[in-house]
Amino acid sequence: MTLDLLPIGQGARIVAVDWSALVQEEASRLRSLGLEEGARVAVAHRGILGSRDPIAITVGRMTVAVRRVHAAAMEVEKL
Amino acid sequence: MSRQRKVALVGNPNAGKSALFNALTGARQKIANYPGVTVERKSGRFVLPTGEPVEMTDLPGAYGLDPTSPDEEVTSKVIRGAFAGEAVPDVLVIVLDASNLEQHLVFAQEVLALGKPSVIALNMVDLAERDGLVLDPAVLAEELGVQVIPTVAVRRRGLAELGEAIASAGERHPGPGLTRIGATERRVAAHAMAAAAVLSESKRHRLHAKLDQVLLNPWLGPLILLGVLFVVFQAVFAWATPFADGLDAAVSALHDGVAAALPESLLRDLLTDGIITSVGSVVVFLPQIVILFAFILALEASGYMARAAFLMDRMMAHVGLSGRSFIPLLSSFACAIPGIMATRSITDPKDRLTTILIAPMMTCSARLPVYAVIIAAFIPNTNVGGGVGLQGLVLFALYVAGVLGAMAVALVLRRSMTRGAASGFIMELPKYQMPRLKDMAIGLWQRAWIFLRRAGTIIFMVTVVLWVMLNFPKAAPGESQVDASIAGKVANGLAYVVKPIGFDRDMALALIPAMAAREVAVSSLAQTYAVDAGDDEEQQALELGDQIKARWTLPMALAFLAWFVFAPQCMSTIAVTRRETNGWKWPAFMLFYLFALAYVAAGATYWIAVAAGL
Repeated sequence: MTLDLLPIGQGARIVAVDWSALVQEEASRLRSLGLEEGARVAVAHRGILGSRDPIAITVGRMTVAVRRVHAAAMEVEKL
Repeated sequence: MSRQRKVALVGNPNAGKSALFNALTGARQKIANYPGVTVERKSGRFVLPTGEPVEMTDLPGAYGLDPTSPDEEVTSKVIRGAFAGEAVPDVLVIVLDASNLEQHLVFAQEVLALGKPSVIALNMVDLAERDGLVLDPAVLAEELGVQVIPTVAVRRRGLAELGEAIASAGERHPGPGLTRIGATERRVAAHAMAAAAVLSESKRHRLHAKLDQVLLNPWLGPLILLGVLFVVFQAVFAWATPFADGLDAAVSALHDGVAAALPESLLRDLLTDGIITSVGSVVVFLPQIVILFAFILALEASGYMARAAFLMDRMMAHVGLSGRSFIPLLSSFACAIPGIMATRSITDPKDRLTTILIAPMMTCSARLPVYAVIIAAFIPNTNVGGGVGLQGLVLFALYVAGVLGAMAVALVLRRSMTRGAASGFIMELPKYQMPRLKDMAIGLWQRAWIFLRRAGTIIFMVTVVLWVMLNFPKAAPGESQVDASIAGKVANGLAYVVKPIGFDRDMALALIPAMAAREVAVSSLAQTYAVDAGDDEEQQALELGDQIKARWTLPMALAFLAWFVFAPQCMSTIAVTRRETNGWKWPAFMLFYLFALAYVAAGATYWIAVAAGL
């Protein structure tokens, strides 16, 4: 299952990231925010009015907004 | 006497660096750009407990030394002494958010691995404690091999201890644990250190999670945002009026006072009708700009701005932009200059360029005087139902036209000149905080000063040039000064160009001085008609609105309104665009496409109105 499909509030761990699907600057930005293999994450919020974009993800004690395409590149396992 | 030592604050964005910087240096800060880049350099003076004064700089927030934005590039280069013209800091103060250690320790390790004299400020420990997180700084100090000082910048807690630690920070060698290379290893270490430093951690019932439940709610969130925007606009346009009127009266009094005090001469005219009137016409916007920035600073400091960006991202994505463009565009409704300066927070260069190029289409406050005079003269003040007036409706339509134009242009640009991979939206949503009055006051003062300095330099110079063009060469007896002047000659030529879109020569003439600032079009029309009326007392007595009504047709008036929705008639905007894009290419393009749009829009409006028999 990929991160964008994770139900809100469900804790998960990122097990694999398809870095090649992301632009290089975006990839390094995501890494620097701690969104990479091994991180414990949960989906906190989704975008407005039924759209599923963007997505607010909690990682550690931080909340990070990303686009759905970024989350779709991250394979997670539920905890 | 050796040179003054330099201390730099480094840390992740949202570590509370700026608040700490303000607390350490006070209000006396120097703000400039780093040479060659549009990144702000903030510096100030701090006196160590030893009595030694040091220069303190607040380096741009960074997530790592591998730069992904212009801000990070500056920070990375300055720390490593690779930034030409910028002395390498003698001591680094690494600022960490106490409640976000696991994240912030990653960058801290990277900086410490450089081996420079360093001190860690464990900032915002009070917020961490509010969230039930109590930390032991000694554990971190031992792990990292540097002094760790808990601070609460906004309450001035720990500042003296931090000063002592800076004074005693000496040469050091990176400890064995810090030579790890690779982000993943640092992250694992950061996780372990953060966990080891926790003395107690209660059940996290974090305030911001609850606030986010409401403010980011898919249905409620946008409604609240709309309400916030409504209050901001209401404040900018209503609350500012008494202050603006006061400034206006002061400018008029100064004008009349100088006119009465000096003998009649060319120099007096330059001083009064030229400089005081034009610079004054810009300075009266200061209250609006201050009020707008008070809101923007408060929304930013509270953490809500990032939520607004989150909520708006979906809509901005439709035209190829991201939520980050929302804040600069919002600012541009007051004035495009602070709006364009605010684009610095956009990380993607193509996103940023697109936002700069469309910012002038947001209806700024300088257009209001033009709209107000013409709408009052031509649009009947009738009620179209539901308490909505026709005049207000037309004004609203002009705002909407600007926004739609901007969205359409963004869409086209992102597919042509600023084409690139779909820009992402990756943004930390910081914790909610109560904005601090002192930080707000410092920020407001800095913004107001930048604005006033611009009015005192660029607008001043343009005014002098235009005044010369309008007053030379001198008219022969029997010839009007307007016709004889350089500006009049240019207007006669320009009249041919704008004739197809329904403008007459007087309108063409008004457009020339309005290049300095749009609202000058109003005073310029008033001046032209005053000269034209000559000694005819009946003519002279007419108000500008009546003059326009007597001389223009409705299609002409509508075309003039349509022109000002798009026309880039603002020297300051062009100047700030040149500065922010480092060259003339983009301001030149902006001028070209906006004039082309203005021409087409005014022409279409004119001919449709004529065809409709208005």
